[in-house]
Amino acid sequence: MNWSWDVIWEYFPRLFDGVWLTLELVLYSALTGLAIAVPLALMRASKNRLVSALPWAYIYFFRGTPLLVQIFLIYYGSAQFDLIRNTSLWEIFSEPFWCALIALTLNTAAYSAELVRGAIQSIPKGEIEAAEAFGMSKLVQIRRIVLPRAFGIVLPAYGNELILMLKGSALASTITLLDLTGMARTIIARTYTPLEIFFAAGMLYLAIAALFILAFRFIERWLNRYQYPR
Amino acid sequence: MSQDSQPATALRMIDIHKSYGSLNVIKGVSLEAKDGDVISILGSSGSGKSTLLRCINLLENPSKGEIYLGDEKLELVPSKSGELQAKSRKQLENMRSRIGFVFQNFNLWPHRTVLENITEAPIQVLKQSKDEAVGQAKLILEQVGLVDKIDAYPSHLSGGQQQRIAIARALAMDPQLLLFDEPTSALDPELVNEVLAVMRDLASQGRTMLIVTHEMRFARDVSSQVVFLHEGHIEEQGTPEKLFENPSSARVKAFMSSHQ
Repeated sequence: MNWSWDVIWEYFPRLFDGVWLTLELVLYSALTGLAIAVPLALMRASKNRLVSALPWAYIYFFRGTPLLVQIFLIYYGSAQFDLIRNTSLWEIFSEPFWCALIALTLNTAAYSAELVRGAIQSIPKGEIEAAEAFGMSKLVQIRRIVLPRAFGIVLPAYGNELILMLKGSALASTITLLDLTGMARTIIARTYTPLEIFFAAGMLYLAIAALFILAFRFIERWLNRYQYPR
Repeated sequence: MSQDSQPATALRMIDIHKSYGSLNVIKGVSLEAKDGDVISILGSSGSGKSTLLRCINLLENPSKGEIYLGDEKLELVPSKSGELQAKSRKQLENMRSRIGFVFQNFNLWPHRTVLENITEAPIQVLKQSKDEAVGQAKLILEQVGLVDKIDAYPSHLSGGQQQRIAIARALAMDPQLLLFDEPTSALDPELVNEVLAVMRDLASQGRTMLIVTHEMRFARDVSSQVVFLHEGHIEEQGTPEKLFENPSSARVKAFMSSHQ
C-alpha cells in the first residue's frame, strides 16, 4: 500500500476551507430550522385537529423522503417554475449554497419539530396545571414554563439531530458545493489519493462531532442545572 | 362594612354537577364560604372531594352549576363536549389569579429556583415589578420558615419544604381564597406537621380556605365548617363539633370512628 502523509499535509488547508462551509451549512440551518420547528411543534401539540394537521403533513413529507431527493428537488426542480425563474427569487434558487441551506433547514425543522413536540408532551401535566391555576395566559405559559422546560428535556436528543445533520450536509457536495466532502472529492480528482484524503476528511468530521458533543454537554449541564445536586 | 354586618361571601357554588361520560362524580353540590371561613372537605376516596375543589377554578370543567367568587359570577357556556367552560378566558384568568391553589404533588416548576417559583406569577400575571415581587417573596418565605432556601431548586428540597414553597407561591398572589387539594397526602408522615403548622398559621390570620384533607385532627382544630362528601353529594355539613362528636348521618359516624 502506498500511503502518503504528504498529500494530507499539502491539501489540509483546502480541506479546512471545506470545514468552514460544512459548519456554515449545519449551524445556519440548525438555527433557522429550530426557529421553524418551535411553532410547528406547538401546533402539533395542539388538541385542535385542524391546527395539528398542517405541521403533520409537513413533517410527514420531510421525514419520509430522502434528504438527497429534497436537495435535488429544490436545486434542479426550482428552475421549472416561471414564478421562480422570472423573479428575484432566482438569485437564491440558482445558488447551490442557498438550495442546500434551504433543503437542510426544512429537513431539520421537521425532525426537530417532532423532538420538541415530544418534549412538550412529556412535561408533567401538573406543572402546566399550576401555571393555569395562577391565571397565566396561554402565551405566558408557553414562554415562561413550556418552552424553557421543553428545551431542557429536548437537548440530549437535539445534540443527536445536530450530528445527523452534520453528516447529512455531505450531500450538499452533490450539487457542486465544496463543503468538506465536496472539497475532498475535488482534491482526489487531482491527486488520485482517495484513501488519504477521505481519511483526513473523516477525521475532520469526527473532530467536528466531538466539538458538538462537548458543546452540548456544557449547555445541557447549564440548562438542566436544577437536576444536579449542588 | 359596618361592624355588626355579616362577613361577605367569598365563594358560592350552586348545584355543581360533574360527570366523566356516564360516570357522575359530583351530583349537585352547593357550598358557600364567607370571608375568613376555613372549610374542610372530608370523605372517603372517590367521593369527589378533589374534583369539587378543582371545579372552583375550572381545572375541571363542571357539567352544570354556577360559581361566584365574591359577588362576581364566573360566566360559563357549554362546550361541544357538553361541559361548561369559561365564556371569557380573560375573566377566568383574572379569577384564577385571585384563587390560590395548592396541589397534592406541589407542582413547583423544577427549572426555577424557590424565589423564581414565588415571583413568577406576581410578575407575569399581576405585572408587579421584579423588586416588588422579590421583596414580598422574602417576607412570605420568612412566614413559611424557608428564607435560607431562597436560591435552591425544588429538587434540592424535602417534600415538606416543597409544599411550604408551593403555599408561599400561592400566597404571593395575595389570593382572596386558598384551595388545598390534599396538601399532605404525598408527604412522608414526619413531614406532615411542618405543612400543617403553616396552614394553621394561615387559618389564624383569617385567610379564607377550602381544604380537602384526610388529617382529621387538623380539620377538627382549624375548621369553621366541615363538609362530608359521599358519592358526589354532601352527606352532612356543619361545625366540626357537630360532625366529629355528634354526626346525624350513620355514614359520617362510621367514617369518623374509623379515622380517629
